[in-house]
Amino acid sequence: MKPAPFVRHVPRSLDEALKILAEVAGDDGRILAGGQSLVPIMAFRLAKPAHLVDINEVEGLDKIADDGQTLTIGARVRHAAFHKPVTANPLGALLAYVARHIAHYPIRMRGTFCGSLAHADPSSEWCLTAATLDAVMIAKSVKGIREIKAASFFDGIMSTHLKEDELLAEVRLPLLPADAKFGFYEFSRRAGDFAMSASLVTYRLDGGKMTDARVGLGGAEASPRRIAEAEAQLNGKAPGDAAFRAAGEAASAAIEPLEDHQTDAAYRRDLVKVVVRRALEHSLK
Amino acid sequence: MSAHTKGSGGNGMKWVGRSIRRVEDPALVQGRGRFTGDLPAAHWVRFVRSANAAGTIRSISAPDGAMVITAADLKGVKKITPMLHKFEYRPVGQPILADGEVRFVGEAVAAVVAATEEEAEDIADLVEIDIEDAAPLVDSRAAIADGARQIHAEAPGNVILKGEAKTPGFDDVWASAAKIVRIDARSNRQNATPMEARAAHAAYDSVTGRVTLHCTTQMPHLMRTAIADCIGMPESELRVIAPDVGGGFGQKMSLCTEYVLVTWLARHLKSSVGWTEDRRENLIASFHSRDQYITLEGAFDKDAKLLALRADVLSNVGAYSCFPTTSGVEPLMAMAEMPGPYDVQQYQCLARGVLTNTCTMAAYRGVSRPVITFTLERLMDKAAKAFAIDPIDIRRNNLITTFPYKSATGLDYDEASYRQTMEMAVEAIDVPAFRTRQQAARAKGEYLGIGFATFSERTGYGSPAFAARGMAITPGWETVHVTVDPSGFVEARIGSSPHGQGLRTTLAQIIAEEIGVTPDMIKVVHGDTDTAPYGWGTFASRSLVISGGATLIASRKIRAKLLKIAGHMLEAAETDIVLEDGKAKVAGTDREVTIAAMAREAYTQTHRFKGEIEPGLSESGTYDPPGTFSNACHVAIVRLDPETGHVKLERYLVAEDAGRIINPMIADGQVHGGVVQGIGNALLEEIIYDESGAILTANLADYMPPTAHEVPPIELHHMETPSTQSVTKAKGLGEGGTIGPPAAIVNAINDALTPFNVEIDTIPATPQRIRALLRNAERAP
Repeated sequence: MKPAPFVRHVPRSLDEALKILAEVAGDDGRILAGGQSLVPIMAFRLAKPAHLVDINEVEGLDKIADDGQTLTIGARVRHAAFHKPVTANPLGALLAYVARHIAHYPIRMRGTFCGSLAHADPSSEWCLTAATLDAVMIAKSVKGIREIKAASFFDGIMSTHLKEDELLAEVRLPLLPADAKFGFYEFSRRAGDFAMSASLVTYRLDGGKMTDARVGLGGAEASPRRIAEAEAQLNGKAPGDAAFRAAGEAASAAIEPLEDHQTDAAYRRDLVKVVVRRALEHSLK
Repeated sequence: MSAHTKGSGGNGMKWVGRSIRRVEDPALVQGRGRFTGDLPAAHWVRFVRSANAAGTIRSISAPDGAMVITAADLKGVKKITPMLHKFEYRPVGQPILADGEVRFVGEAVAAVVAATEEEAEDIADLVEIDIEDAAPLVDSRAAIADGARQIHAEAPGNVILKGEAKTPGFDDVWASAAKIVRIDARSNRQNATPMEARAAHAAYDSVTGRVTLHCTTQMPHLMRTAIADCIGMPESELRVIAPDVGGGFGQKMSLCTEYVLVTWLARHLKSSVGWTEDRRENLIASFHSRDQYITLEGAFDKDAKLLALRADVLSNVGAYSCFPTTSGVEPLMAMAEMPGPYDVQQYQCLARGVLTNTCTMAAYRGVSRPVITFTLERLMDKAAKAFAIDPIDIRRNNLITTFPYKSATGLDYDEASYRQTMEMAVEAIDVPAFRTRQQAARAKGEYLGIGFATFSERTGYGSPAFAARGMAITPGWETVHVTVDPSGFVEARIGSSPHGQGLRTTLAQIIAEEIGVTPDMIKVVHGDTDTAPYGWGTFASRSLVISGGATLIASRKIRAKLLKIAGHMLEAAETDIVLEDGKAKVAGTDREVTIAAMAREAYTQTHRFKGEIEPGLSESGTYDPPGTFSNACHVAIVRLDPETGHVKLERYLVAEDAGRIINPMIADGQVHGGVVQGIGNALLEEIIYDESGAILTANLADYMPPTAHEVPPIELHHMETPSTQSVTKAKGLGEGGTIGPPAAIVNAINDALTPFNVEIDTIPATPQRIRALLRNAERAP
């Protein structure tokens, strides 16, 4: 369980990092941020990058900025940065709640928000968050800057539309309306394991009816996404058991379930029904 | 007779029964332990393992200049061929590296040797093994089907052994039954998952020509014997050392091919060679266990009294037979111990070991008993349901209460407390209060369940028990040398090989009690074949009983000699002398002499003994007991989430009787650790093969031992029924903790499932399996 040989580059500035990345990208170069996913798969030799561009010394990537419209999260921001709300906007409480479900404490101290998105594990809580809230990814390379919407960022299991020479330099999350409600629920067999299904929901209330409903689903399909069929069961309805159950049923029917040894398709649909409903129930707590 | 207290056990003894701190711990908790993998080596090995479950090796190609060892290099090294002389056993041999054929994914095919572990792994990546695939047989039922491909030429039908038992009169009693209750139990495959995976380090000494093998093992002497046999070298040229060992649980009592290869390489290269297994290798290629199908039927009379049991045990033993226990270890233990703690004199059993294209089975803490206890205790709950009586009452009707008791399989049960420990557990858990809470919860759509497991645990058995299995090698006895050195300090050299059991502490307590010194004056030495007497190591809940018994026997001899010396020095009758506080005292006087003074006399002033006392102060004790049965009742309370199938353990309680307890804190620790592994067995841990024979659970994200989050507080209650079959009156308890949880937890799950009218008889009881039952239930949640 020793990684294959690789060269580690330690740039100090973003320009330097992008330059090195451009040079090594074609030679299987990869970004190393927190390393909590990449390093284990290197140890298993499932990944054998010839070059690692270690961005842990790069100035300026460790910032979280709230400009009143958007929360911008830099490439070196660790999961643990969200343990306490980073903004008074409801988004801060949402991120704090979700963060506590990511793996275990030591992993949260090291792993990064942007690294999770770039790694694109279907079960990742941050990928689910980005998909649900329609995050915008800022990809930088020596050729320039590209903005990628969450809906067109993920490309299946552990795959994104980032190009080889692009660094996911920051992610922008739109702040939530001040009266937004959110709920989150995930299911795993042991505490801290990869979620076998997870759901994040947000909505507002207008005259006692739900509006602007977002139902995100992770861990159930190859990539996390919003489930329009479930959202349609909520908008215009009063929050409560009937609407929540209908949303769970709709999501369960809408998916193309991932299958593995501990979750066949029927069981995945069972779980989706439950996590969506329970995320919605959580929004009332 | 109640939950024990810390400090003196109230048994009139000074050291035995006290929770003194473990002498083992300071080094371990401060990172000062010494493990095999810590040793530097000139060469490191990486094994190239088969990615195919079955097939013929067409070619092995290695990069230029690399040192890659294959079977062709090992001419003259014998296969590992364990032997049983009974039960239609078919001996099959395992080559040290696959020779012509591969039989499971993970089988070592080649060994790369390089200067560092990293380089060795880089080279191993470049070694190409071309294998002509054969269709693999993964499941034991498929392997015994008509026309199944034969995995070893020596074992027709892939059955490596077949045990059959039937008591006279069985058929008549069976025919007289009022009700027959049946369970088809399935136990899936597990890995013992010691925190330290396997490791070996062999160093050649150019002066003596000897090899010193450090390895993580539970039985250093037998490793020496077996490895020397394989290589064809005198045992005197091999020294085996078990340094600190990070858990064994049975996985490290079997001989592995890797240790033979590393020893051979050290001789071949005349140098030092290291190998440290990684977690993936440990999960796919060390040893597995518990892969069994058991059909068990119970014949009951009209009053729910068990009259007869009929069992069919199918044990998947993997690709080869393990040494020294052989692949009989699971099926034969199932056959011998199936009747458990119940009074039933009619029994029929068919137990088969089946070869498959999977990793070889070996002992894992509890061996078959977690599975047979699960099966039998599920049967009792099903019978209670069939008779519409309480699960506790059916156990009250059937537990053995008169001792000694001879089982239907011929085992002699010594005095125990099957009924009393269950009543203790029933009272402590407060069953009526639970039933009230359960009813209230159901009304709110919440599902709680309670489950019981009562069982006996055969421990501390000597060589006759192993001989009864027909083993060519019969472990059993232990020898201990106790020496008081001229400074008055004590050393005990033991053949057992503790690796977490706290034996250095508990044996010191036994010696201290007997010869009147403090435990801190005593050092227990083990794990080195050059300094420890030949012994069988530590496994099968044996060491405190057998090595402890040998320690007591040797200590009694030391005591007798000290009394003689003291009588001589104090000019008093031996019968007037007491040994305490490191001194010999003449009772009722102020005349006394220290142990140090007596020891000095015994070595340096022997002329004063005038030939009446032998010089020196060193004695040996050997013990080979018949075996003794511990017992326990485990109770689980679970909360079942019917929508996800998730089971949360709310409470876990153990009432245990392991005879005299030498150190209650250490006993508690043994039970705690065992229960945690049992929780894994019941709910989480499962090695899964796909149809091609590849393992889908080759890391600790997919193979799931419980973490602290999944383990509730474990409540312990003890009774002490002193054993008449053990000189220290202690019974073993190393495995008991592991035996109860699958039965107690799955019975509790089934109690929670009662409103849905479905039952689960498979372990682990995973959420996917529970949901599959509920999805098709009449009243699906």
